[in-house]
Amino acid sequence: MGDPVFVNGLDLAVWLILLVKVVVIFVIVLVSVLFMVMYERKAVAWLGVRYGPNRAGPNGWLQSLADGTKLLFKEAFMPRGADKPIYRIAPYLMLIPVFLTFSIVPLGGTITIAGHITRLQLADPSWGILFLLMCSGVAVYGVMLAGWASGSKYPLLGSVRATAQMVSYEAVLGLTIATVVVVTSSLRTSAIVRAQHGGFLYHWNFIHTLILPFVLFAVAITAEMTRPPFDLVEAEEELSGGYNLEYSSIDFAWFYLAEYAALVTNSAIIVTLWFGGPDGPRIAGNSIGPVWFAIKVLIILYIYVWVRATLPRLRYDQLMDLGWKRMIPLSLAMLMIVAGFQITPTSTSSSPVARFFVEREWGLLAILASVVLFVLFTLAIEVGKGATDVDAAYEARLAEEGDE
Amino acid sequence: MSFFKGFAVTGRLPFKPKVTVQYPEEKRPKPERFHGRHVLNRYEDGMEKCIGCELCAGVCPARCIYVRGADNPPDEPVSPGERYGFVYEINFLRCIHCDMCVEACPTEAITESKMFEWSFVNREDAIYTKAELLVDDAGKPRELPWEDWKPGDDRNTSAWVRATGPGGSAAMEGRVLWSGELGYGVRPAQKGQSDPSSADYPAETDLSLREMISNALRGIGVDGKRPVPGDSGQGAAGGTA
Repeated sequence: MGDPVFVNGLDLAVWLILLVKVVVIFVIVLVSVLFMVMYERKAVAWLGVRYGPNRAGPNGWLQSLADGTKLLFKEAFMPRGADKPIYRIAPYLMLIPVFLTFSIVPLGGTITIAGHITRLQLADPSWGILFLLMCSGVAVYGVMLAGWASGSKYPLLGSVRATAQMVSYEAVLGLTIATVVVVTSSLRTSAIVRAQHGGFLYHWNFIHTLILPFVLFAVAITAEMTRPPFDLVEAEEELSGGYNLEYSSIDFAWFYLAEYAALVTNSAIIVTLWFGGPDGPRIAGNSIGPVWFAIKVLIILYIYVWVRATLPRLRYDQLMDLGWKRMIPLSLAMLMIVAGFQITPTSTSSSPVARFFVEREWGLLAILASVVLFVLFTLAIEVGKGATDVDAAYEARLAEEGDE
Repeated sequence: MSFFKGFAVTGRLPFKPKVTVQYPEEKRPKPERFHGRHVLNRYEDGMEKCIGCELCAGVCPARCIYVRGADNPPDEPVSPGERYGFVYEINFLRCIHCDMCVEACPTEAITESKMFEWSFVNREDAIYTKAELLVDDAGKPRELPWEDWKPGDDRNTSAWVRATGPGGSAAMEGRVLWSGELGYGVRPAQKGQSDPSSADYPAETDLSLREMISNALRGIGVDGKRPVPGDSGQGAAGGTA
């Protein structure tokens, strides 16, 4: 099950191969960040009927390199009230988990280096996809501690928002990943990808889990990354920058790097979990997994930019409503329904309709239970709405004042 | 559904022609009355138009113009008339290109070209003197090394660019009420913009004091006729004396 490079034990060649793989993954993430910053600026410009940066380097593609260089030469500034060790360590708490996450992403099939067959994947632990949840859990600390250690009120407000947001949406992440795990019956990312092989589009998880969990996952991971439209964490208008406000120079560059590395990594995770990873038609008999993988990631990234260019930012209470009242119940219901239909029916009936429903009692029960629970939940929300609806309460108070 | 409508709106935009003008390579056409760098004009016979009256300096809200007039040398007059602009300086670090000097000038001496893309590396370069402002012997503006002149930037620098006619009225369309200048001649008037029968259309004889002075300096009598070229300088001087 593990990487075939380990079958003959650990000799020097294996160590070297692992070292090369680590460096390659590291470089891939770094270069993809440089690319992504430019890609986003270009794409958001196209969506604004503009060209975007086109001066530095060929067609402007070296702009992010120039920006990064400029950032490195800026003064490293620290506010007087900052908690120095935490202030210094916070950017790395955000950066390292992102790089670690990319190590579990399968980029393709296997290659042979000096007689050793190895996967195009750095690490393939049996608890694979839980590693993603762990890393995104640790990244919250980066945001939280950065805001806290700055010793300044706007970063603190931003980090409080960010922490609440990330913790809330982590539940959705977990539940939707559980749907995938139920379908593929493995936590291993390589197994998840292998389970989706064999047919372009048809065997992909986002079809097998009835699309909705994918949508929920995509929204949740967008909120997890504090990307627009969930970027109220760094709302310039309210917080003048959010948790990284007091950072400059290389420390700010780490945050920036972590943000975009997270975007690329999470797009790669989306492709792995829902779109078959490197699965795709062979070209002239050759498996071109990494190419398909890159194409899919690029499309997902473009959609992220598209969303950013289209949707306005959510308010804090809207964000919490969406998370707790809509997405968590929905993802739970989808988990129940998908899990309910996982028992393979052994019916030998010739009618496909009969074959679908016979011995599917757990699935039907799950649907029924989900509907009942959903109705109850919606009722509960409606009952509680009078007490929590800020807009309605405000209007009621206005009307009251008008009467007096 | 309006949620997806928003995505359709933005999704179409990348396929539309871009609105950006790639500035240093391509430039938008400038308006005809654009306010750019000033020039000091000359008459078609090569005489300077400036008479050193300092009206431009007086009207300048940014106080960036410094003018000193001097008597014309009798044997070699610089301008038609008694006086000429002996010193003329504009500090372009202060100039706001409001065109008030152009409006105030009684002899249409100072006008603005279309050239605005220039920069200095020291403050002395920003103060333009007569040596830089005055058009050359061919009537063209002097193109300084730090200026970026484009074809057409030197056009329409006559008093035609003014908001008001020499009579002080805005309705000067359809009639030439300005003098020609060296190298370009007389700019034709724009047609069909105002009705000659309207009340604000100036009558032929309805000349302002400024215009009469201007005409007298150019050697044109109150009848609007120009004396024979050659003795214009002496003739004008005699007329105003």
